[in-house]
Amino acid sequence: MELLRETPLIGRHRERKALLAPFGGWNMPIQYEGGILAEHRWCREKAALFDICHMGEFLYRGDIVDGGLEDVFTFSVASIAEGRSRYGFLLNENGGVIDDMIVFRLAKDEAMIVVNAATADNDFGVIRSRLKAGAQFSDISNATGKLDPQGPLSRDVVTDLLGRNISSIPYFRFITTDVLGGKAIVSRTGYTGELGYEIFLPAEKTVDLWDKLLKDPRMKPAGLGARDLLRLEVGYSLYGNDLDETITPLEAGLEGFVDFDSEFIGKGALLRQRATGLKRSKVSFRVGSRRSPRHHYEIWSGDRKVGVTTSGGFAPMLGCGIGLGLVSPDAAAMGIGLTICHENVSMPATVCALPFYRGGSVRK
Amino acid sequence: MSNMYYTKEHEWVKIDGNIATVGISDYAAHQLGDITFVELPKPGKAVKQFEVLCAIESVKAASDIYAPVSGTVVSVNEALNTRPEIVNESPEEAAWMATVKMTDPSEVAKLMNREQYDEYRKGL
Repeated sequence: MELLRETPLIGRHRERKALLAPFGGWNMPIQYEGGILAEHRWCREKAALFDICHMGEFLYRGDIVDGGLEDVFTFSVASIAEGRSRYGFLLNENGGVIDDMIVFRLAKDEAMIVVNAATADNDFGVIRSRLKAGAQFSDISNATGKLDPQGPLSRDVVTDLLGRNISSIPYFRFITTDVLGGKAIVSRTGYTGELGYEIFLPAEKTVDLWDKLLKDPRMKPAGLGARDLLRLEVGYSLYGNDLDETITPLEAGLEGFVDFDSEFIGKGALLRQRATGLKRSKVSFRVGSRRSPRHHYEIWSGDRKVGVTTSGGFAPMLGCGIGLGLVSPDAAAMGIGLTICHENVSMPATVCALPFYRGGSVRK
Repeated sequence: MSNMYYTKEHEWVKIDGNIATVGISDYAAHQLGDITFVELPKPGKAVKQFEVLCAIESVKAASDIYAPVSGTVVSVNEALNTRPEIVNESPEEAAWMATVKMTDPSEVAKLMNREQYDEYRKGL
């Protein structure tokens, strides 16, 4: 049996009587005492703090093109300006998604790659194998802590604690700055649809930053349960649900994060798929009641089974169930009526546009 | 002597003459977490003891609710349609789900009283 890994904050989570559960090989807080809906609301209205230390961070040093990093992802790393970051994919030969990630261009010859926890070890091996011999590439996950303050008041809280240079960071840009005596990256990114930050800092500073951010009454901790509702309400894909090695970015409706002018493994497969047409495509739908669709429910159009759900849940901001799925392309057209089925339950749903919830502060 | 009884599936039932009022226990509500939907049974529905009466959903999971006794559904708590969170706020009082006209009062012998239920929960 493999033991669950723990973040530096495990003691803090236990003190707060968090409900802990396995996630991607880690023992993570799903919720604290207030519950998932209260944490979700706090993030939409004030500022929530998430322990995201489980995610993986890799550091690349060397010439981006000569070392091979340029041809690893579905976008050009060399074209990312210093101080900016980009979201995209690492694909297999068939165009399936090995992982989704954000690449941060730290300097001319330096990039940080941030990946999902459950896939981190595999990602590291795959990326390593695609780099040229001699490229400097290291897994800095254990030495790196990650805290995500997210919510409309997060800018005020973080600025009050860490200084005014935080307040002017635009969306998908970051600064490298001193945080509590350690070198940190403060990035204007997140996974909630709200204004927020991802702070990467030395692992040994994580508890200190956690405590100091939570001294501010505007900030409260939130667990992975709330995080999942928040990301689903704005339609963000979750690796392992909406993306995996059998799903291509085109099927997942994420073609916008694929740059066909750059070279990468899987590009040929994507071009063929684009030429022959998709056999299935992403659908987003609203349920006509408070019922929640969940992962792997069947999707029907009339008396025809057209696909499966990949994510689903209750959307507190909309007061109804929402979901994402993969269906025959003809069943993904806006406004089409679908039925979501599981055992003896069936829920009428309507295909709708993303994001489900449009009121977020993410770009404010 | 209390007239509240519990099932192994964590429903409670309050017996008043031949009318049984049904809900889920505080323990069950806490375990499920934030309740987002209660599917109430239709009045007139005939149910058998320990068979599915209705269903409940939380942020985390969907579960069936079983009838603690056999009978016919008389009335349901419509407030739960719009405010399912009552189940978290007051599981064993305000969040009653249905009343059932019992067909066999002797079935109560198959249920647990509070003391027995607390003991049963400790063993879980």
